[in-house]
Amino acid sequence: MSSAADLTWFARHEIRLAWREWLAMMTGGRRKRNRAVIGLLVFAAILHLPAYAVVGRFADLQMPLDKSSLIVLSASIFLAWALMLSQAIESVTRVFYARADLDLIMSSPVKLTNIFSVRIAAIALSVTGMALLLSTPFVDVLVIGGGPRWFAGFGVVTAIGLSASAVAIAITVLLFRLIGPSRTRLVAQIVSAIIGAGFVIALQVAAILSYGTLSRFAVLTSDATAAYAPDLNSLLWWPARAALGDGEILLLLLAAGLVLLGGVMAIFSSRFADTVVSASSNTAAVNRGSRARAFRAGTRQQALRWKEFVLLRRDPWLMSQSLMQLLYLVPPALMLWRSFSDSSAAIILITPVIVMAAGQLAGGLAWLTISGEDAADLVATAPIPPSRVIRAKIEVVLITIGVIFAPLVVALFFASALQAAVTALGIVIATVSAAAIQLWFRVQAKRSQFRRRQTSSRVATFAEAFSSIGWAATSALVLAIPIAAVISGLITAGILAATWKISPRRE
Amino acid sequence: MTSDQSALEVRGLTKRFDRPAVDALDLTIRTGEFYALLGPNGAGKTTTLRMVAGLLRPDAGSVSISGIDALTDPVAAKQIMAWVSDEPMIYDKLTPMEYLEFVAGLWGIDPKISDRSAHELLVSLGLEPHLHERCEGFSKGMRQKVALAGALVHDPRLIILDEPLTGLDALSARHVKGLLQARVRAGCTVIMTTHILEVAERMADRIGVIASGKLVAEGTLAELRQQNGKNDTSLEDMFIALVDAEAAAA
Repeated sequence: MSSAADLTWFARHEIRLAWREWLAMMTGGRRKRNRAVIGLLVFAAILHLPAYAVVGRFADLQMPLDKSSLIVLSASIFLAWALMLSQAIESVTRVFYARADLDLIMSSPVKLTNIFSVRIAAIALSVTGMALLLSTPFVDVLVIGGGPRWFAGFGVVTAIGLSASAVAIAITVLLFRLIGPSRTRLVAQIVSAIIGAGFVIALQVAAILSYGTLSRFAVLTSDATAAYAPDLNSLLWWPARAALGDGEILLLLLAAGLVLLGGVMAIFSSRFADTVVSASSNTAAVNRGSRARAFRAGTRQQALRWKEFVLLRRDPWLMSQSLMQLLYLVPPALMLWRSFSDSSAAIILITPVIVMAAGQLAGGLAWLTISGEDAADLVATAPIPPSRVIRAKIEVVLITIGVIFAPLVVALFFASALQAAVTALGIVIATVSAAAIQLWFRVQAKRSQFRRRQTSSRVATFAEAFSSIGWAATSALVLAIPIAAVISGLITAGILAATWKISPRRE
Repeated sequence: MTSDQSALEVRGLTKRFDRPAVDALDLTIRTGEFYALLGPNGAGKTTTLRMVAGLLRPDAGSVSISGIDALTDPVAAKQIMAWVSDEPMIYDKLTPMEYLEFVAGLWGIDPKISDRSAHELLVSLGLEPHLHERCEGFSKGMRQKVALAGALVHDPRLIILDEPLTGLDALSARHVKGLLQARVRAGCTVIMTTHILEVAERMADRIGVIASGKLVAEGTLAELRQQNGKNDTSLEDMFIALVDAEAAAA
């Protein structure tokens, strides 16, 4: 087989794998895919509503724009780029560590540089494809409101998708070189989390410090930012201008994205092979546990709790997710700190943010402890009733959430005892609700399958999100409009009751 | 409970998936016996043992472990039993010692006793250099040894093993076989499924052959030969003849 034929064949293979992986992720691996695909299409149609709320007001924008509008548009495109970069880093790390076909590929009589060039291109294609799909409702809204010139938005998404993939590959391979394969996986996860959330959080921090508000638009539309921004001919505004329909600039951006990706493929394809070898050989690397000590005495539940705590502590996913949650808590914490000096009503905003974060983190933790049991047979054959096993696992979730959020509640107590009490209650209810949903929808799985947890049950995923949002809103309303809190609380409880009613564990 | 009580008594055990996996199975294993359960792929061996271990609820039938009804009092039954699956499931982020500490904690064993026996077990299985390394880098054989040590650390009276020698090298397999035989000599009962007929031939006091969810032959090697009418035939030949006959009858 010629080299070109090799490449074509391998490219087809990669595209097929990517398609099936994506389909399995979207449909949760269910056989009734047609129904799942119809559900997804309906969901995509519904997504046009929030898309309208977010970008509808920009549909009439025309060139030449004032600096503030250019800044807002460019910042939004940069945010999309940061999210794509985060996603691409995650994809590259997965290729290094999780693909089961590396032994086969590397033992085949094919030039590895070519093979990995195709694989790099496949990563770029899947990241860009996903971004195009997610951007469709937004571009649709802009096209409907502002005309076909907004179709250029797809071109901008493609260009930034290509460049984000190229940068992600360069970052990950360089991380391998700098810190070695054993630490790259964790660091890459954390870097991708920070990149994904960092930009929004940084804008919020700047807004709080400068204007005392959580709105990032306060910074972007301020005179100070406009004064520091470069003039209108700067390269910085190219993506925004391309999105507004400047065809020449759009072509240049697409060309730049392709050149960047081509450059990365040329430079890193050969190193990619070395990196993959290092990563796969790293699976045998020795990782010391704790030093020798005598066995602890304790009850069976204590043994279960101890095991769960050790596993959570040693879980890289949890570390990166906790870091993410802590990052999201930086703006409200800053807000809290500022509000000590002025009795601003804006402090109420902290409560829903904290309750929401607690609910989301509790959902992940509950999945890890309840469903993500690596030695399910061992626990099931142990002489302990299943109800006590579940109780011990839920206790672990509650204790962990308590440890993470207690300092914030204590700090809040010094500003307002009532708000601290409402926040604490909100955290407990959101945590218990998230754990209950995981319990009703539990499916035995390996902890390493955490990424797939949201595809195993769409109902559980949405119920978890609505529950967190509902309890967050209820907590805020208790402080602002108590009568509305009753309605919000009842709606959220109703959602939970409906979730329980349709859950497979109801019996 | 009396000393001559059966270690395991299964009556009319039935489980259906899309077809009958275990079909009204009767099985009696005596205390202190090494019992090998043989059968072709999909015969119902693992399903039977998973029901005995309390991992799968039978559609019908009863399971009694040393006189304890495992279906009505599963906690008491599990206290004296251990299960090792063919796919060792351990925690990647725990060390072997930590894993055994957890198992001993689940079975409520005095830590002073379990600490010493955990160390001895892991050393006897050749894992001394890895006692305090996390299991994430372990080979399948090493993981199997950790899982086996976990099954033995709480000193069970009935040990159920599903293909325990899969993935083990010759030396490790010998260690495991030696360990199991020592347990049997100490009065423990072992039930093991295996596809390595030589192991069953050498180690088992009695052998049961299961096909299509039914026990088609049972006895010592000599008894099986007698049933088969050929005194010089190998277990492999007998096994193939029995399975073929069952397939033809079905």
